[in-house]
Amino acid sequence: MLTREETYEAGKTGRIGHAMNFDFSDEQKFLKTEARKFLDANCGSDKVRKVLDDEANSHDEALWKGVAAQGWLGAAIPEAFGGLGLGHLELCIIAEELGRAVAPIPFASTVYILAEAVMLAGDDKQKAEILPKIAAGQLIGALATSEGPGVLSAATLKATVSGGKLFGMKIPVTDGDIADLCIVMAKENGQPGLFLVHLNGDGVSRAAVKTLDPTRDAAKLTFDGAPAERLGAAGEGFALLDQILDRAAILMSFEQCGGADKCLEMAKAYALERYAFGRVIASYQAIKHKLADMYVKNELARSNAYYGAWALNTDAPEIPSAASAARIAASEAFWFASKENIQTHGGIGFTWEMDCHLYYRRSRQLSLVIGAPRVWKERLVSHLERRNAA
Amino acid sequence: MDFNDTPEEAAYRAQVKAWLEVNAAKPFVADNDGEGGGSMAASKAWQAKKAAGGFAQITWPKEWGGQGGTPIQQVIFNQEEAKHPVPPNPFQIGLGMCVPTVATFADQATKDRFVGPALRGEEIWCQLFSEPSGGSDVAAARTKAVRATDGSGDWIISGQKVWTTGAQFSDFGIVVCRTNPEAPKHKGLTMFWLDMHAPGVEVKPIHQMSGGSGFNEVFFTDVRVKDSQRVGALDDGWKVSLVTLMNERLAVGGASGAGWQEFMEAARSVPGLDGQAALKDASLREKLADWYVQAEGLKHTRNRTMTALSRGQTPGPESSIGKIVSALQMQDLGNTAVEMLDQFGIIDDPDLAPLHAAFHTSVMFSPGLRIAGGTDEILKNIIAERVLGMPGDIRVDKDVAFKDMPTGR
Repeated sequence: MLTREETYEAGKTGRIGHAMNFDFSDEQKFLKTEARKFLDANCGSDKVRKVLDDEANSHDEALWKGVAAQGWLGAAIPEAFGGLGLGHLELCIIAEELGRAVAPIPFASTVYILAEAVMLAGDDKQKAEILPKIAAGQLIGALATSEGPGVLSAATLKATVSGGKLFGMKIPVTDGDIADLCIVMAKENGQPGLFLVHLNGDGVSRAAVKTLDPTRDAAKLTFDGAPAERLGAAGEGFALLDQILDRAAILMSFEQCGGADKCLEMAKAYALERYAFGRVIASYQAIKHKLADMYVKNELARSNAYYGAWALNTDAPEIPSAASAARIAASEAFWFASKENIQTHGGIGFTWEMDCHLYYRRSRQLSLVIGAPRVWKERLVSHLERRNAA
Repeated sequence: MDFNDTPEEAAYRAQVKAWLEVNAAKPFVADNDGEGGGSMAASKAWQAKKAAGGFAQITWPKEWGGQGGTPIQQVIFNQEEAKHPVPPNPFQIGLGMCVPTVATFADQATKDRFVGPALRGEEIWCQLFSEPSGGSDVAAARTKAVRATDGSGDWIISGQKVWTTGAQFSDFGIVVCRTNPEAPKHKGLTMFWLDMHAPGVEVKPIHQMSGGSGFNEVFFTDVRVKDSQRVGALDDGWKVSLVTLMNERLAVGGASGAGWQEFMEAARSVPGLDGQAALKDASLREKLADWYVQAEGLKHTRNRTMTALSRGQTPGPESSIGKIVSALQMQDLGNTAVEMLDQFGIIDDPDLAPLHAAFHTSVMFSPGLRIAGGTDEILKNIIAERVLGMPGDIRVDKDVAFKDMPTGR
C-alpha cells in the first residue's frame, strides 16, 4: 500500500484525482510478444554481425523488407497515407523490441524522424508524396544537422539555401549513405530552416564515414546546388527541429530501454553460470549490487519513457519536458547497463565474439545521434526555467 | 494509456470526496512540535471520524471494521484525503503492520479486544524488532523471553529494542524475542504482543545526529506477559515477523523535503560563478536535470504501481526502487545546495538563512533515511535476490545454535 505521502507525491503530476491507467493495454502487450517473436526469428545477433563485419553492408535489407511487410514502418502513419493508423503507443512497443535486438536497419531515421517530421510539419502535398512511400518500405530517410565537432547552433550553422538550391556539408548523417530523402538544416536569407533534399538527385555527393557503431552506418554529405524544398514555415529552424527531435527522442528512448533491459538479462545470465572462487559470481554482492543498480536505472528510464509515450500519443503540451527526461534517463540507463554488462562478463566480455559490444556500440549511437545527453539536460533546464518563471 | 479513473473508480472517488467535504472541512492547525506527539488529540479525533465513516482501513474485511475494499480504493481515499489539511497519522505502523499480524494469529477474543480500538485511533501500536545488535539482521535478536518459574506459563522478557517509531505514545507493541538460544537464529524466535505501560517497560528517546528525537530505545526489565500474548507458535516468530515486515518496505515512504523545484528557486537568487545567478552555473544545471529526471522517474513508477492496483494486479517489482533513489537524491541535492551557498553554506541557522533551512535538514536527515526501513545495501540485495533471482549470500550462521554464534560487540 502506498503511504499518504507517496500518493500525494503522485498527485503532484497535476493529475491528482485519477487512479491511473498508466501502462500498455493487453492488445499492445500482445503486439510486443509478436514483435519479439518476429525479431528473434529474423534479427538474431548473426544478422547484426553481418552488417557489423562487412563494411560494404550498410544495413540488413531482408530485415528492412520484413519490417515493412509487418506494417511497422507505417504503424503510426494514418491509413489515408498508407499506414496502419495505429497510435504512437504501438510504435513505442516496436521501438523497444528493435532496440532489444540492436536491429541494423534505418528505422529511426525513417520512421521516428522523417515520417514524424512530415506528419508534424509537412504540407498536404509532402504528406501525400512521402508517407505512403515510407509505409511501403520504398523510402529511407535521414536527418542532417551536424557539420563538425561540437554542438550546432545558429551561430555555427554554415549550410545555406539560395534560390531553392542547397550548398554546404553535413557530417555525420546517420543512414546518409543509403537514404533517399533527407531533412537538412540550413540558412535561407540568414534564417535557419529545415529543407527536404532528395539524395539521389543532382548536387549531392556522399561518402561513408566509420563510426563507433557500424551496424548503423553514417555518411558525410556534400551539397553543391542540390534542389531543396522547405519543410515547415520559413525561419522556424531550430524551434521546429526541437519539436521533431522531441518526438524522435521519446521513440528512441524505447529502443534504449529495450537495449538496457537486454544488457541486464545478459549480465544476469552470465553471472548465474560463471564460477569464480568456488561459487557463481551472481552470489557476490559486488555483482548483485551492480545489477541492482542497473535495474534501478532501467526502471527510472522505463517510467520516464512511458510518460513520454503518453505525451506523444496525446500530443500533450508536456512533450518537451517528457521527451528530455525520457532521453536523459534512457541514455544513462543504456550506457550504464551496456558498460557494466561487459564488466560483469570479465575478459570474455571484451572479445569481438561476445555480443556485449554490440550493445555498448549501440548505446553510443543512440545517445549521440540526436544530440548528447548534456545538450538535452540544458534544454530541459531551460524549459523548466521558463515554465517555472511563467 | 491515460490517467483516468475507471467508471467504478470515479464513482468511489465521488463518494469519498463528498464524505471528506462534510467531515474534513475544518482546518487542522498543527502544534508544530515536529514529532507528531503534540497533535495527538487532533489525530485521534480524525481517525475516529474515519473509522465511523468506514474509511479507516478500507481494505480490511468488514468484520474488522473495514470495507473489504480494493487497494486502489485506498489509494483514491489517500489522494483525496491529502487535499485536505488533516492532522498527521501516527496509526499507520499499528494498522498497517502490528494489528494485522496479531489478528492473523490471535483468537477471536483478542481480535475483538484490539482491532476496534486501534481502528478508531484509541490505541496506538509500535513494532519492536530492531536491536542494538541487529538492524539489517533482525533475526539476530537477543532480547529474551523465558518461562516464569512459578508454573503460571507466563513469560519474562528482558533486553533492549531500538529505533522504535512512536514508542513514546504507544499503548501496545509487538516484540520479537529469543526463546530458544540452542536453535539456529531463525528457529528460536517467538513474537508476543505486550502492554507498553506494563511494569519493566522503559522508553527513552534517541537523540539523532540530526538533533531531533523521532525514535526510541525501549528497555525491558523482567516484563511479565501471559502465554496468551504469544503471536503464532513457539519458536516460529521469524515466520510471523515476515508477515509484518512484508508491509514495512511499502510503508516507509520516500524522501520528502526539498526537491528540484526548491533547489531551482534557491539557485535563482544565490550569486554563482562570475556574479550571475547560481542557476546559470553549468554544473548545477546538469545536476538539476538529473534530479528532475529521477523525480519524474519515481513519480511515474508510482503511477505504474497504481495502474497495477487499478487493474487488480499485484504491483510489479518496480515499486521497490523508491526509497533507494529518493534517499540518495535527498543527500546529494541537500549537499549541492549547501555547497552552492559557498562559505555561507556552513550556517545552519533558520534565522540567518531562512530560505535554505530545508537543505540543511536534508543533509542532516538523509543519512538516517538511507538506513531506515532497509539500508541501501539491504534493498539492493532484495532487488538482486527477489526481483532478479540471484542467489542469497552465503550464510555462515545458518546451522549454528544462536548461543554459539560469533557476535563481536
